Amino acid sequence: MSKQNLTLIFAAAFLTVFGESTLSGLRGWLGAQVDLLPALMVYTALYASITTVGLLAVFGGMFFDSLSANPLGISILPLFLVGFIIYLQRDLILRDLSFAQIILGAAASALVPLLKVLLLLTAGTPLLLGWGSLWQWIVLTVGGAVATPIIFALFQWFDHAFGYQLRSESSFRPDREIRRKR
Amino acid sequence: MFKQKHFLALGAVTLVALLLLSLPQRVTSRLKLAMGSLFLPLTSLTTTAQQLPADVANDVLPRRELLQEISRLQQENQELKVQALQNASMAMENEQLRYQLRWQRQAPWKIKLANVVMRDPANWWRTVEIDLGSENGLTNNLPVLTADGLIGRISAVWPTHSQVVLIGDPNCRVSAQVDNPAHDIGVVNAAGTLDNTLADLTYLSGTAILKPGQAVITSGLGGVFPKGIPIGQIVDSRPVEFGLYTQARVKLGANLGTLEQVWVLFR
Repeated sequence: MSKQNLTLIFAAAFLTVFGESTLSGLRGWLGAQVDLLPALMVYTALYASITTVGLLAVFGGMFFDSLSANPLGISILPLFLVGFIIYLQRDLILRDLSFAQIILGAAASALVPLLKVLLLLTAGTPLLLGWGSLWQWIVLTVGGAVATPIIFALFQWFDHAFGYQLRSESSFRPDREIRRKR
Repeated sequence: MFKQKHFLALGAVTLVALLLLSLPQRVTSRLKLAMGSLFLPLTSLTTTAQQLPADVANDVLPRRELLQEISRLQQENQELKVQALQNASMAMENEQLRYQLRWQRQAPWKIKLANVVMRDPANWWRTVEIDLGSENGLTNNLPVLTADGLIGRISAVWPTHSQVVLIGDPNCRVSAQVDNPAHDIGVVNAAGTLDNTLADLTYLSGTAILKPGQAVITSGLGGVFPKGIPIGQIVDSRPVEFGLYTQARVKLGANLGTLEQVWVLFR
């Protein structure tokens, strides 16, 4: 993974959290705010190192909690756990397939809020939960599933546009050239 | 599959998370402030960007329209002046009566206008952030309202911004009174996760007679919200706990989904 993409991952995490707290169009329309951090974690876990996965979980989680009424640090473990599981299995995942990206995005977006709520309930924090939360969970899952291939495409485009491309190997080799002499 | 590096990463992240969760409230609040401050340039940028179309529209507004607006405002101002005079004489009369009855004097309300700059990104809280903080004299638990009614109270204060917990969040319970002959008193609680226009009024007397459309105002009990701030109107009611209590649904006066500017109340 290029340095540009690493920088972009953290910038994206920062902007994602900011966007989630300032743009309330989807919240007003669907009744739930879509969280894009799990989708970003899927991309990071498939392409970056375990250190980047850990750093994204720590900083992304802290960014999220600092703008929320969540206790600071509650979002770190759910994000990291999802990233860690995907990272361990990444050799078996066909990451270039859109279908795989959608499934992983949906699973991550479903698991992260669930783990956060479980952690908060374990800590004895009273939460706004009800039957409507089920709808919100579905919106989060579907939103994450839709967003994941878009995030993959955006990062790949960015990498292609700003990163150095590998020079394609030519079949010509000077040591095997047949020199014709008269 | 599991390498030493993976164990190290897992351990380090778990340690950081546990450390943050076990920090005292004061330190956590400072850390939140530090992290939240990183977003301040973006917040200012967004506010400027949102203001730009309005500024452009103001610049191209025809003079005739402006004159009409001035004339309308002058008329409204005259009406309000007359109303203020009437209110002043009523307030004086009220104060004299309070003095004669040896009742405690009511402190006048002071209000400060604040802009809503952010909303909670998590779906299980109902909080917003406003652009006034301790530098503007804000403290915890101050009531926050709009012209349509109460919206919540200040739950955390930082120097330049504050967090407001809205009605409907489990951490914002308001002692309320129904405007009916018995003046029944209950507690306004969260109603549902999706509809933020409704709240539940619970712990009303089992014999409470409620009708749709009756006004619900703050009761002044509990010491956080002063008496008389409008909250909303009764939608319907039903007996709960085998008729021991009555529970009513309240349509909130203020629209919590479209908050842009709010008033913070000082006593």
